[in-house]
Amino acid sequence: MINRLVLENLKHRRLRTTLSALSIGFQVTMILAVAGLSRGMLQDSMNRARGVGADIWIKPPGASAISLSGASMPQSVLRYFRGVPHVKLATGTALQPIGGISTIAGIDYDEFVAMSGPFRFLEGGPFQSDDDVIVDEYYASQQKLRAGDTVVILNHKWRVCGVVEPGKLSRLFVRLHRLQELTNSEGKLSQAFLKLDDPSRTREVVEYLKSQPELTGYSIYSIEEFLSLFSMSNVPGLRAFIYVIIGLSLIIGFLVVGLTMYTTVLERTREIGILKALGASPFDIIGILVRETVVLAVAGWAVGILLSLGAHWMINNQVRANLQSEIAPDWWPIALAVSLTASLLGAVYPGLRAARQDAIEALSYE
Amino acid sequence: MEPIIVVRDLRKIYHVGEVDVHALRGVSLEVPRGEFVSIVGPSGSGKSTLFHILGGLTSITSGQVVVDGQDLSALSDLERTRLRRQKVGFVFQRYNLLPTLTALGNIEIARYFGGKKGPLEKEMLEIIRLLGIEHRLHHKPRALSGGEQQRVAIARALVNRPAILLADEPTGNLDTENSEAVLELLRSLNRRFGQTILMITHNPEAAAFADRIIHMRDGRVVRES
Repeated sequence: MINRLVLENLKHRRLRTTLSALSIGFQVTMILAVAGLSRGMLQDSMNRARGVGADIWIKPPGASAISLSGASMPQSVLRYFRGVPHVKLATGTALQPIGGISTIAGIDYDEFVAMSGPFRFLEGGPFQSDDDVIVDEYYASQQKLRAGDTVVILNHKWRVCGVVEPGKLSRLFVRLHRLQELTNSEGKLSQAFLKLDDPSRTREVVEYLKSQPELTGYSIYSIEEFLSLFSMSNVPGLRAFIYVIIGLSLIIGFLVVGLTMYTTVLERTREIGILKALGASPFDIIGILVRETVVLAVAGWAVGILLSLGAHWMINNQVRANLQSEIAPDWWPIALAVSLTASLLGAVYPGLRAARQDAIEALSYE
Repeated sequence: MEPIIVVRDLRKIYHVGEVDVHALRGVSLEVPRGEFVSIVGPSGSGKSTLFHILGGLTSITSGQVVVDGQDLSALSDLERTRLRRQKVGFVFQRYNLLPTLTALGNIEIARYFGGKKGPLEKEMLEIIRLLGIEHRLHHKPRALSGGEQQRVAIARALVNRPAILLADEPTGNLDTENSEAVLELLRSLNRRFGQTILMITHNPEAAAFADRIIHMRDGRVVRES
């Protein structure tokens, strides 16, 4: 019976109910979009790291494991790595941020292909000149580029020589020495990759490299170790950012539901008096408002999931920002908990006000 | 017959700012079970305050009030809530139906608070038929006439078979025809089901439908007829 009253009350003020659910929905979307974006970006980076085909990943001293950094490792160190037992191939790349979270990779084409396998060209082909750039399909689609087009990156005009399938280290590739010249880092690498003759010896080789005095300070990871670093807690500030978004969502939800319930209680003063005259206790009155709040929060949550699916599609298909989003269903319960908490907190004061309402005054309320 | 309502030297003082308002100044009365009583008096005579005390909507300042064997003198808020659920039915001048529920929903929610579930009892169905609202049960209040709304309010007040039915100006918002119909219904309910009814009214013709008329003035009972 109370559930029927709750639903009828919500239906009675459809516009207010819809706007409240939408507002809660936006806060849920905010959480889910940020979580999905974080996860999508990390997963995309992981996939591209895995696509290099290396067994061991080496970063120079002082470089963060997964953040973007310029070239600071001497290229000559590759000769050293090639002399290490069980190392079949060694190559290095220079990475240069080009705005936002995008990077361009300078590669030695033959060495890189030997390690990761050939590029799968959808259009065009390998480098023909030093000013050629290979872009992946994702970047080409977002920037509307085709083989033969010209694109300006790092204040330099490049000719798109080929469009390849994504999944190898970066979305843009140029010749290593050209990138080093343009960034004044001749003879420097951002990272080195080793491929072993026997991948089962990876741990052994990593331990060997770590024990070498000349590699002191270098970060040396097996590929599995390296991939495990791609988590939210390893991206500086990401977790804090998500907490800030959750905090903002809580505040928005609290304010929206607080205001909605406050106006509801004011508007229903007389009805609260009627319910009390019929024998409703203060707990019954609070219970009715809590149920209305829960319905609003759950409806808002469902709306938020739908909106987040829309945001996911927009980010992956319409935003030219090299962003990747994933649907994060494991965050749905968290978003529900946030919207319920915010909504119930927002309903506390109006609920208490309603429960304390004097029945006689309420019945004479015009 | 044993009285269902006993009021002795009842006083009620409201504190309005720093002023004490003496709403009831020593009211005493008895109502036997099954009686239909009208309470008449000018505004400020204390009849509404008496109504609110008997209905457990407000506490008393001093004196004694017993309704169906229950002493209201020292009831807590929750105990007064229980009293409203089990022993009292209200009918208001402005009907006071919940606008979001149908007529049946309004009856059922009162029944829910009274702790009853399942289909309506045979006797309640008979009351609904007597009130002539059986074809209007699935309409919301805004689709009902004033007379129909008041009849739904009467059905709602009776659904838990209360010891007393308190009616506050039940015909105050109705035209003559509907007023007469509602008063006839109250009298029928009183006669047929032995329902004790206390009705506040300004209207002498309405008051005349009752078995007894209590006149109040300045917070006191001044006369009975």
